[in-house]
Amino acid sequence: MVGVIKLSGLTKKFGQQTVLNGVNLDLQPGEILGLIGPSGAGKSTVIKTTLGMEIADSGSAQVYGATMPNRALLGQIGYMAQSDALYTTLTGRENLQFFAVMKSLPQDTLTAEIDRVAQVVDLTGDLDKRVSGYSGGMMRRLSLAIALLHSPRLLVLDEPTVGIDPALRLRIWDELRRAVAAGSSVLITTHVMDEAEKCDRVALLLGGKVMAFDAPNKLEADYQVDTVEEVFLKAEGEL
Amino acid sequence: MRRVIKLMRRIAKELLRDPRTLALVFVAPVLVMWLMSVVFSVNSTTHVDVATVGVQSSLRTQLNDVKHVSAHKYTTNRSAKAALKSGKVDAIVKEHDSRFDVTYANTDSTKTSMTKLAFQSSMTSTTLKELSAKVTKLAMANATLQAKMQAQVAAQGATSTTPTTTAGKTKQTTKAVKVHNHYVYGDSNTSYFDKIMPIMMAFFVFLFVFLVSGMALLKERSTGTLDRVLATPVRRSEIVLGYLGTYGILALLQTVVIVISTVWLLNVEVVGNLANVILVNVLVAFVAVTAGIFLSTLAASEFQMMQFLPIVLVPQIFLSGLIPLDALPKWLDYFSYIFPIRYAADAQNAIIFNGDGLSKIWVDLVVLLAFASYSPR
Repeated sequence: MVGVIKLSGLTKKFGQQTVLNGVNLDLQPGEILGLIGPSGAGKSTVIKTTLGMEIADSGSAQVYGATMPNRALLGQIGYMAQSDALYTTLTGRENLQFFAVMKSLPQDTLTAEIDRVAQVVDLTGDLDKRVSGYSGGMMRRLSLAIALLHSPRLLVLDEPTVGIDPALRLRIWDELRRAVAAGSSVLITTHVMDEAEKCDRVALLLGGKVMAFDAPNKLEADYQVDTVEEVFLKAEGEL
Repeated sequence: MRRVIKLMRRIAKELLRDPRTLALVFVAPVLVMWLMSVVFSVNSTTHVDVATVGVQSSLRTQLNDVKHVSAHKYTTNRSAKAALKSGKVDAIVKEHDSRFDVTYANTDSTKTSMTKLAFQSSMTSTTLKELSAKVTKLAMANATLQAKMQAQVAAQGATSTTPTTTAGKTKQTTKAVKVHNHYVYGDSNTSYFDKIMPIMMAFFVFLFVFLVSGMALLKERSTGTLDRVLATPVRRSEIVLGYLGTYGILALLQTVVIVISTVWLLNVEVVGNLANVILVNVLVAFVAVTAGIFLSTLAASEFQMMQFLPIVLVPQIFLSGLIPLDALPKWLDYFSYIFPIRYAADAQNAIIFNGDGLSKIWVDLVVLLAFASYSPR
């Protein structure tokens, strides 16, 4: 069975600084993979290389068996960046419409799809307001809604729940679970450790290397601690 | 294609919701063009005040009669010098023992050269007048002499003629010669502004489209929207096309506004086809978008984008033909060919002054297209 994502021996340098130092990762279909690590560990670089936005110095990044960058494959990936990346002079609906067309959504299902994703992130009532008037959390939700457009087979989410209140966070996780149940796969980076517990597997990225990569409860057993957070702290201490 | 149109519509929507940018694109050029037309028309009628010390009245009146020159009589050299210092007069003409000393304030070189010219011409005409007066006097003396001789003859004979007839004849020969002026382009009111107007038009299109598109793209980079768009199946070329499309239309509208305001409000004559003028400017807009995209990749912030202006724009202003290029050193003339505005200016001049059609300006258009098709990563 071909994996959704397969990263092997990824190395990436920016000038003198080595950001990734031989990263190996794989994402299986119907799985939520959590990528955790301190800031500067290279989480965003892993994601950008996976999407083909950065080219690795060595190693390979494959999505559905195809080496990235691969433009055609991008239509099946829903990407949400760390920055909100929204057109603030446009309304929420106009942002969704724009990205829907960029993702080549058929015109006849466009309105229904926009309504669906707006419902998921609870923005239905605010869709016709300009984004410049949105709160930080609303922008984050709209950004997530854009990633959810077209029910992509693979969701790549960079810190999706920053600035989102707990109730909505729960709903977003429900939605992710529903997407996975429908056959999607998710690669997610997070700072929130209780979110890491919800992942099927967690990869701990430290100093450009994957220090630990397993299911949360297995990691906890390996490190003889109770939570992923403690795993994180212990692994960081060992470095 | 659907994606390109959507991109164009999105870029247009963002522009339309930004009234300041719209004002910059449509109101600012008209305002600046109007200001320039006023400033450069006024500049062509410099007025010079000349102080005269001990100059004979005939020369002074002659000097005073020269257009845009007034001569003022000062009795002492000292008072004249004080007037020069305070800026009341621009030059002093002093006559002393049939020798002329002219002192110029020389703070404005045009005034100096104008005074020189005026003084020389009035000197010449004064000399001429004196000469003709002398000739008339001589003729008169001759006539009186003849009359005297005739009188002497008449004293011996009987008939007599008056010398007035001869004097009347001399007057008839000094009939004024009339000069009729004909203009190939424009009329007697054509000023420096008319000469630079075609270049300024292309320059404005370049400046504003470059600024607005470069900033827009920079914003897309810094906010991450460009990354996000690139994380969809969109081709880079589609994004560039979207920008070219919207800003091409913007340039088209801007050119129409500039042309209407210069032709109808400022009475500038366009000999050639207005459609060609618009075509050139749309191509200039394409070049400006390409330049904007390219430089936005090199800039990390809006301020860094502004730092490119002296490098990208200022040389283009000076080497585009605002200052006649044939007066420049040869190497500068060759150097100017690396700038797109040079080609746009050549094409604009050919259309507006000579009425040239596409068959004569196609080389310029091809070069502009080549500039526009450069596509950075």
